[in-house]
Order: sequence, then C-alpha cells, then structure tokens
Amino acid sequence: MSNGGNPYRDDRGNKDRSITNPHGSGEIPLRDSGKTSRVEGESPFLIGENMTGGYGRNGPDILHDCTIAVNPGEIAVIVGPNGAGKSTAMKAVFGMLDMREGRVLLDGEDISALSPQDRVAKGMGFVPQTNNIFTSLTVEENLEMGAFIRHDDISDTMEQVYDLFPILKEKRHQAAGELSGGQRQQVAVGRSLMTRPKVLMLDEPTAGVSPIVMDELFDRIIEVARTGLPVLMVEQNARQALGIADRGFVLVQGRNGHTGTGKELLADPEVRASFLGG
Amino acid sequence: MEILNAFLVLANFVLIPAITYGSQLALGALGVTMIYGILRFSNFAHGDSMAVGTMVAILLTWWFQSMGITAGPLPTALLALPFAIVVTIGVLLGTDRLVFRFYRRQKAKPIILVMASLGVMFVYNGLVRFVLGPDEHRFADGDRFIISVPDFKALTGLPEGVAIRTTQGITVITAVIVVAALFWFLGRTRTGKSMRAYSDNEDLALLSGINPERVVMYTWMIVAGLITIAGVLYGLDKSFKPFTYFQLLLPIFASAIVGGLGSPLGAIAGGFIIAFSEVTITYAWKRVLTYALPDELAPSGLVQLLSTDYKFAVSFMILVIVLLFRPTGIFRGKSV
Amino acid sequence: MSETLKNTLLFATVAALIILTGFVQSWNSALFIINMGLISAIMALGVNLQWGFAGLFNVGVMGFVALGGLAVVLVSMPPVGDAWAAGGAQVLIGLALGAATIAGGILTYQKMAPGRSRTLALIGVLGLGFFVFRYVFDAGVEAIEGVNSAGTGYLGGLGLPVLLAWPVGGLLAAGAAWFIGKTALGLRSDYLAIATLGIAEIIIAVLKNEDWLSRGVKNVSGLPRPVPYEIELQRDPDFVARAEGLGLDPVIASSLYSKMGYALLFLVVLLIVLWLAQRALHSPWGRMMRAIRDNEVAAEAMGKDVTARHLQVFILGSAICGVAGAMMTTLDGQLTPSSYQPLRFTFLVWVMVIVGGSGNNLGSVLGGFLIWFLWVQVEPIGHSLMSVITYGLADDNALRQHLLESAAHMRLLTMGLILLLVLRFSPRGLIPEK
Repeated sequence: MSNGGNPYRDDRGNKDRSITNPHGSGEIPLRDSGKTSRVEGESPFLIGENMTGGYGRNGPDILHDCTIAVNPGEIAVIVGPNGAGKSTAMKAVFGMLDMREGRVLLDGEDISALSPQDRVAKGMGFVPQTNNIFTSLTVEENLEMGAFIRHDDISDTMEQVYDLFPILKEKRHQAAGELSGGQRQQVAVGRSLMTRPKVLMLDEPTAGVSPIVMDELFDRIIEVARTGLPVLMVEQNARQALGIADRGFVLVQGRNGHTGTGKELLADPEVRASFLGG
Repeated sequence: MEILNAFLVLANFVLIPAITYGSQLALGALGVTMIYGILRFSNFAHGDSMAVGTMVAILLTWWFQSMGITAGPLPTALLALPFAIVVTIGVLLGTDRLVFRFYRRQKAKPIILVMASLGVMFVYNGLVRFVLGPDEHRFADGDRFIISVPDFKALTGLPEGVAIRTTQGITVITAVIVVAALFWFLGRTRTGKSMRAYSDNEDLALLSGINPERVVMYTWMIVAGLITIAGVLYGLDKSFKPFTYFQLLLPIFASAIVGGLGSPLGAIAGGFIIAFSEVTITYAWKRVLTYALPDELAPSGLVQLLSTDYKFAVSFMILVIVLLFRPTGIFRGKSV
Repeated sequence: MSETLKNTLLFATVAALIILTGFVQSWNSALFIINMGLISAIMALGVNLQWGFAGLFNVGVMGFVALGGLAVVLVSMPPVGDAWAAGGAQVLIGLALGAATIAGGILTYQKMAPGRSRTLALIGVLGLGFFVFRYVFDAGVEAIEGVNSAGTGYLGGLGLPVLLAWPVGGLLAAGAAWFIGKTALGLRSDYLAIATLGIAEIIIAVLKNEDWLSRGVKNVSGLPRPVPYEIELQRDPDFVARAEGLGLDPVIASSLYSKMGYALLFLVVLLIVLWLAQRALHSPWGRMMRAIRDNEVAAEAMGKDVTARHLQVFILGSAICGVAGAMMTTLDGQLTPSSYQPLRFTFLVWVMVIVGGSGNNLGSVLGGFLIWFLWVQVEPIGHSLMSVITYGLADDNALRQHLLESAAHMRLLTMGLILLLVLRFSPRGLIPEK
C-alpha cells in the first residue's frame, strides 16, 4: 500500500472533491527540533558531512556516506546521473530526510537535529524543484511571504530582488501562477532571498525552462553568489552547471563519485566518459 | 401601477427574504470554504458548530434579559453576539486541540479528517440537545419591523406594501460588514496573506517560516465568528432548532460548491444563487402574476413550481446543474 | 492472542451484552436489539462494500434505506381500486410526460450545436414540459388523494407477499444509486458525498410529500407481516398449551415467537449477504477492486475501467442498504417517512463501519451489533447515571429534572465520543482489514 502503513494516511483511493482538498497539501513532516551545538575547529560554512539515510524511519538508505559543502562567495553544484540521489542529498542538508549517520554544520553550528522550518530561521534559503511559488498570490505577495519570519522593514530587500529580476517589478501585481516558467523560477529565487539567507539552496532551478532562459538564470545566480552568498545547487544540465561552479560534487548511487572544482571535473576524463558523454 | 404593485409583492415575498437568507448562507458557506481551503476537508460538523454558537448566544441573551439588559429596538442577541463568538472560538479551538490537531501532525489524509468531523458533529449535536432540548426556540426581541406593511401603505398610498423586518435589516447590514472585514483581512493583512499562502502551498509556507498551527488557529477563530454570526442571524430571522441547523449543512455545502470550494467570493455568490433559487422556485407566483399580466391571462392556480418542502431538492438541482457545466464551480475553486 | 481468538472474544462480548439485556431487562428487549442489530449489520456491510472496497464516501444511506421502506408499501399493500380508477392512469401519464421532458431536454442538448439557440431551446423544452407535466400530474394526484383520504388517499401497492419487497427494495435502491453514480462519478473528480447527501434528503422529501405514493406524514400502517401475528398465536390453543408447558405467559411467548421468526429471516439474509461479500472480497473481482483502491493510476494503465467498477460497487452497496431498509420497515410494520433522520440512518451506520473495521466484513457485522446495542442502551444507562448524579437534589429541582429529561440525548454524544476514540486510538477499527 502507498500509505506506508500509517492508517491515517490510508484514504482508500477516495477522490471525492466535494469533501476533500488535496490542493497544496504538504509533505514535509511536522516535527519538533532538537538542540544545536557549537562545533570547534575549521569547517566549511555549510557542510553535510558523511550523510547516510533515506526517507522514513524504516526506508532503505539512499545516501551512503555522502559529503556536500559550500563556502561564502562560492557556487557549489551537485550533479550526477538520474537516480544518483542529487535532490536527496540537498534535502538531507535541509533536514527533510531521516539521517542515520553524519551531521550538518552551518557556520560552525551542528544543526542536524533541527526541523526544516527552524533551519530556515537559522538562515538557510531553500527553493524546491516544483511547487516553489504561491501561484494564487501576486508576485509582491510571494516576496512578502518569503520575508514572513522577518519583522523589520523588508522594502530594501524587495528592491534588491527587483533590481536582480527587473521583470518581477513590472509584474508585481500579477498572480505568480500566470507567469512563464522562467519568470516563476525568478519569483521562487526572489522569495527565498527575501529572508536574507546565509546560504541559498536551489533544487534544479532550470528544470523545464528553455536554454536561453537557463543561461539568464545562471547569470543571475552568479550575480547572487558574487554578493558573497554561498549557493548550493542541484543541476540536471551538468556541463553548463559545472561551467559556473567553484565546487562540483558528482554523485553516483548516493555516494561521492568525484569532487573538485568545476573546471577540474569538466577536464577529468573519467567524469567526461562516464557521465558528460565524452 | 400594476407593474409597480407586482414589483412590491415580489420584493416583499421574494427579494427581501432571498437576500436575507442568501446573506446567512453566504456567511455559513464562507466558513465551509475557509476550512476546505486551509484544513483541506469539508467539515460535517459545520451546521452543528453553528448550533453551538447560537446556543451560547441564546443562553447569554436569556441571562441579559433576566438582568433587564436589552438593546432597545434591536434584539438583545446582538449584545450577546460578541461574547458568544468568544465562547465559540474557545469551543472550536478546544475541539481542534483535542481532535483535529493530532491528525494534522500525522499528515492524515483529508478523508480521515472528514470522518473525525462526523464524530464532532455527533458530539455537538448531542451537546446542544442536552442543553437546550430538541425543540424550537425564538429569541428575537425588540422592534419587529423597520417598516411594516400598513406603515408602508400609509406612507405611499399604494395598495401593496413592503415590510422589512428588523432581523432582515440587521442580517444584511451585518453580512456586508463581516464580508468586507474578511476580505480586507485576507487581502491586506500579513496574517491574512499567510493564510492564503498556506492554503495555496503548505510546504512552501512552512519554508517561508509561516507557522501552520497559527494559520489553523486563525482559521478556526474566523470560522467561529462567521458561524456564530450566521447562526444567530438565522435564528433571529426564523427560529432556533437543533435539527434545522444540522439540515442547513446541505444548502451551505451546496453554496460553497456552486461558488467553487476554496473561493471566498464563490461562497458568497453561491449563497445568493442557492437562496434565490430556493425562494423563487418554492414561491407561489399567483399574486405577482395577477398584477403583472393582463386580466385574461391571470393564473387560476398558485403557480408554485415546487412545494416548499422541496427546498433542499432545489439547492441540490442547482448544484448538479452547475457541476455538470462547470465542475470547479462558478469561481473556479480548488476542487479540480 | 491469535486473531481468531480475539475476534471470537469480541463477538462473544457483544453476545454476552445482549444476553445480559435479556436477564436484566427483558427477552423482548434483547430480541429487539438482535433484530435491529441484524439489520444494522446488513446496512454496515453495504456501506463497507463501498468504503472498504472502493473508497466511496456515501453519506446518503438514509435515502436508500427509505427506498427499501417504500418498496414494502408498493409491493405488499393491497391496491386501492378506487384511487387507481380516480387518477391512477393520469398520474402514470403525468410521470411519463415528466420523463419524456427530461429525455427531450437531454436530446436537445445532445443534438443541437452549442450556442444561445440551444440554451433557449433547452429552457423552452424543459419549461413547457414541466408545465404540461404538472398540469396532468397534479390533477391525478388530487383525484387519488381525494379518495378516502383519512383511510387510504394513495394508490396502495401490488398486494404481493411482503418478502418479495426485500429484493424489490434492493432494486429500487440500486436504480437510485445508478442514477446518482452516473452523475456524480462521471465528472472529472467525483462529487459522491454531496450528491448522496442531497439525494437522500430529496428521497425523504418525496416520501413525506407525495401522499399519493406513500401517504406522506400520514404514514402507511398495517403492513403485511411474514410472521404470525401475536394475537393469532394467543388464540391458538396449541400455542398457548406449549407456552404454558414451557412455563411462559402466552402473551409474552407470542411476542417472543414472532420476534424470533423475524430474527431467523434476518439471519438468513445476513448470512447470504455476508457470504456473498466474503466471496466477492476473495474473488478476482475483489482483488481488482482493491488494486484500484490502492493504486488507481496503475489499475487504469492496466486497462481497468475505474469509473465503471466504482459505479458497480456503489450500486451493489446501495442495493444492500435498500434490502436492509425494506427489512426494517417490515419489522416496524409501518412506513413512517418523518422518522428518517440522517444522524440515525446515515451517520450511525458510518460509526458502525468505522468502529467495526473499515474493509472487514466481519468487522461491519460486529460494529452493527455493538453500536446498535449501545444506541439502545445508552439512554437507560444515561438516565440511571443522571439519577445517581442528581441523587442529592430534590425531585422537583429544575436542574435535576432537566438532566433527567436530557439523558435521552446522551446517545448522540456517546456515539460521537466512541467514533472519535476509535478513529484516534484504533483507526483500523476493532477487527482490522487483513
């Protein structure tokens, strides 16, 4: 059964829309956060270290001793073949996975026990691959909601987002769901920037957009990284992504296959042969 | 002149009652649609929650009356209303804490919440009957009419008159104020926007730092306000009877679905569509037609399309027709 | 503890409760609980078929049960000749005209090109048809209701054996279910809940208002019985002698005898339905239903017509509720349209299914008996409880009087609490699905 044995998740295939509403329902489990602790010694700004785990307490492991890291001013890219666990690795860093081993450090603090929403409060900005905007809200409301945890004046940050994505300013009173694919991704990135995060995590930001839009999005991401904000990104388009990456992680079956700078990986014959198609 | 008389009769027996009833349904349907949008299930306990809110208002009204506190020309129940809302908020939040929150934490499917709401429905229904009994109660006091038929006739010198009862006037005015306040809240305030965001995309709302429990809490509070107001207005206008309130579930659901579940604007439109259909189809048109048509065409029968006992059938037929042609309701709700 | 042992214990507990009722209250009460328990179990089986096997949420059980009740009148009551002569043909012609109007409307909609002219034509056909229908129909109705309105005032039935009404009740319910299912399941996403909720109210409204059909709120009493009348038994010297031989009062014995007759008949029906339901569960058809339920997309990809299967199971489940409704009206001996209330006939059945165990037929049977037992017994228990609580108060104390009077409403509260507790702490029910 697809309900994972939880009787409360068993709807017997009922699809009655006059009484149930699946629209917008969430998958992120609500759980209470544990404690964080300071960690001594040098470590990258954000690092998911030796991560092993999968979905659900009894689910099979998808990640095996996998390490992902990024430092300020850098773009780190996770690439790999389909099913290699790229998105899973990023979700693990964000706390959406049941980790059996390993830890996540942010700015010298062990945050492994925090729930996703508390990681947002700690300064992690996350842009999911799909459903990453509030479609029925206007662009401006999307940005406003992005800044929900802030109680100070958000107009400066909003101006910065509009400077970065001028088209959004033009369409700010339009419902975000009416925008094109590329514009939606801009809203999504803009929304996550509104919290003024310490690190930005993007899950396949260019999925389903045209090559031209993709190039433009990458330009914007580089621009964001230049301001000193570390960017961690999962990408399907490995060649282009490694081209702009300061660090690259090639995952193979949930393990670190190859690690290096983007240039090194692009030049590595083994990486090219096995996965960049020569 | 004849046409004017026809219009006056129409206004008196169709337009004014339908607008009043429509306002009450709209307030009820707004509650259903908000729970559907944010908690993602249809609350079968809605009619009985309405009965609970009204029951509290009635008890307070009696208490006020026993102390000699009245609202002069207005019904005493209006004074009791704010306090009744506060108590109802407490009841609904308590129910959420005891019943629904657990399922949210389990990420339960909405249909499980529907079943839980059946249990709540039984409990509320039993509670109201336990306290007030199953019988009818009338609790409207103060002046009965804003303008009565004899007054109207005396004022205008016309053979037909229009009466506006105090409760009808209060219903429409209150409904307008409440709806305006609700739309302002949802569209302009940070909390309101966060509720819309949560309804649109729960996970993203979580990632934006919106606390689901707070959103749910505000929803129940607003719903408590809406249903207590709707219930008291309906009870003032007609009467209070637990079973009638339970039965209101069907026209209220129908209103919310016709308008498009999850759409507040749709709930209001749906409420008026259902109310007008019910009243016009079950109204005996003889008098209106006798004025409006030439004498030789004047009807001999009552010209009533359906007996008033079939009013539920009317809400339901309108519902089916709308769904056949527009499966997501008039305002394209979320029920795709 | 093994599963069989646990289930046996559960059933034994319910049996013990009913036997206890026999000793403490009376065997008449115990038999009443058994008879209604059997009927409730059948209703629960019907709903379980829909919810447990296919995930269909039917909140119109009351309507199907009432149709079963109507079937008893239509099948078993003697026809009223005068009424038929006065307006029978006219009412039938009127109904035919009504049906023709709807058919004409559908035809107009299908044959004409979309546009304003189609809308106008549709409104024209339906409007004109409606007035012709009402013109013919109303006159017929008036004529029928005029014939001895205090005694009959309706068309009566076919005068056939009452047991025949049970399958007919099933057929009537199945017909209504086909109509609802066709409309509500055919849409892009289904609207079964609201559709069943609405239709059930409409069916009750028809029974209450169409006096020519069901005598409306005047009720149809004196329905023929499949078991002997108590009064006849009491007049039968053999019966009286046997009763006295067993040391029983003939009046009580006759009542027990006829109740046991019902119990046997009901038991036979329950066993047949249960056997069929169990067979269905383990047949290829049952496996397919569960495959659809657990993964509709995959089942559809394998070429299963999901909507047709859903319609099928919805009709079957509703038919079972119709049979149970016919049985219940037979037991009551009269059709009382105003007694049909959603809490009692729709939502209580749901409590039975959920408490018993969604998806498990034995669970439904257990739930039917247990919940019915509680429904009957909570009231006297509540009353004694209130007497104890208010023991210190004077007999004419207002609070005491109110609490004692209100004890009857404890049953709704209790049912709600039971449902909530089971749903929370034992969501699969007392006998979980395997």
